[in-house]
Amino acid sequence: MTIRQLELEVMRYDPEKDEAPWFQNYSVPCEEDWAILDAINYVKENIDTTLSYRWSCHMMVCGSCGMMVNGEPSLTCKTFIRDLPDKVRIEPLENFPIERDLVVVLDDVMQKLHKVQPYIIRKDAPPQDKEFKQSPGALEKFKQYTMCINCMCCYAACPQYGLNQNFIGPAALALAHRYNLDSRDQGKSQRLDILADHDGVWDCSFVGACSEVCPKHVDPAAAIQQMKIDGAMEWWKQKLGFPGGES
Amino acid sequence: MAIAKKAVVWGLFAAGGTLSSFIFPALIALFLLVALGFTPDGLQYEHIYAFAASWLGKAALFIVLFLSLWHAAHRLRVVFHDFGVRKDGLIATAVYLVATAGTVMTAFYLYSIN
Amino acid sequence: MSSQPYVRPFSKTTWYMRKGRYKVYMLREVTCLLVGFYAFLTIAGLAALAKGPNAWISFLVSQQNTAMIAFHAIALLYFLFFQTFAWFKLAPKAMPIQVGGKNLSGQYVVIGHYIAWAVLSAFIFWLAGVI
Repeated sequence: MTIRQLELEVMRYDPEKDEAPWFQNYSVPCEEDWAILDAINYVKENIDTTLSYRWSCHMMVCGSCGMMVNGEPSLTCKTFIRDLPDKVRIEPLENFPIERDLVVVLDDVMQKLHKVQPYIIRKDAPPQDKEFKQSPGALEKFKQYTMCINCMCCYAACPQYGLNQNFIGPAALALAHRYNLDSRDQGKSQRLDILADHDGVWDCSFVGACSEVCPKHVDPAAAIQQMKIDGAMEWWKQKLGFPGGES
Repeated sequence: MAIAKKAVVWGLFAAGGTLSSFIFPALIALFLLVALGFTPDGLQYEHIYAFAASWLGKAALFIVLFLSLWHAAHRLRVVFHDFGVRKDGLIATAVYLVATAGTVMTAFYLYSIN
Repeated sequence: MSSQPYVRPFSKTTWYMRKGRYKVYMLREVTCLLVGFYAFLTIAGLAALAKGPNAWISFLVSQQNTAMIAFHAIALLYFLFFQTFAWFKLAPKAMPIQVGGKNLSGQYVVIGHYIAWAVLSAFIFWLAGVI
């Protein structure tokens, strides 16, 4: 097997010792088919056991290994060294406070994910003794948004979240849209009151970076624009006295 | 109900952005022709006056100018925010006032052409 | 010793210089100045038109100089790339279309925009007597 020497420049921060983060260099002998996460695991196992970072599945499912790789928010288990130069800079996801080394504090987004009511809301009773029916077309409408694994790369890419931490942000808004588009859901107008309020969809200026960096090809930017149209229509409906839109 | 007023200006912004994307290249090209000294026939006084005096012409000019102005105003407000200016209330008032002024001027001039 | 999470500085005034895609975004956003400029230039034309034939002709003549030629030429190119084409490119995101239970590829929406744009531009040029 071929071995390639990779120079990793890793951001370190120990809240007990450090005033500010600093960079530590590790020289890692990598196999050609490694992902960045493999290189980081190699450091942890063979060079420096004090390095802290999150990971779990190594197969693009758990969403915990999101980091900045050469300035780009990336899922490190699907960012391969063959696509990278010999010198790679690893930082914790931007726009989040650093807990320790590559571990960030995610409390803010966790709260926001909860806030958008990401579950099916029914006003009518659900069908008795049988399941909801949904056509493949109705599923297709929102399916891409169900692919989100909460890796939060989109928040690291979003300058509007960087500028205003109150902004609900890409993943949570995309998740809300996923339920708005679900034919079984009846909570759209209820959700819109949160989404179309201040710090909701209007804080997005359609930079589009969230969709570009998403490792699961979710398109939060699209979801947000569609919700802006919904919000603008709903505002007029309410002003003109139409009954609140439902779908 | 908690839908922010930004919903209204965003609606105008989106409509104006779409309209200006479609129409402004041709408009700028016409200004370029004029600047080059090739004033097309349709821009001769009688023809353009007749166009602006017709109801259809008035409606087209008003809608395009009104929405484009509000599009520009709203985006400029965001640009100020992006450049780090944090007086959003003041900037919003200023840019929307200019858009309103432009809209009123458009209505006034179109009204006086008949 | 700080014993708490470290918040990295985020420059509210220069953040867009950090990445190519942010710079492209800012170049797109400042097209609003061109939209505003041409809207008011057209309004100035309307004012001249309302005043009378002489005012209209002076308006046209006032536009005929090298500076304006250069400005319009650059503005046209800039506007095409950063407003018209950029807007068309993003349009399918705002309007997902389903045909027969399948999501239609955004490309068709983009192509539809270009066709509509060509037709509309041709109509404007025909109206103005250019073609």
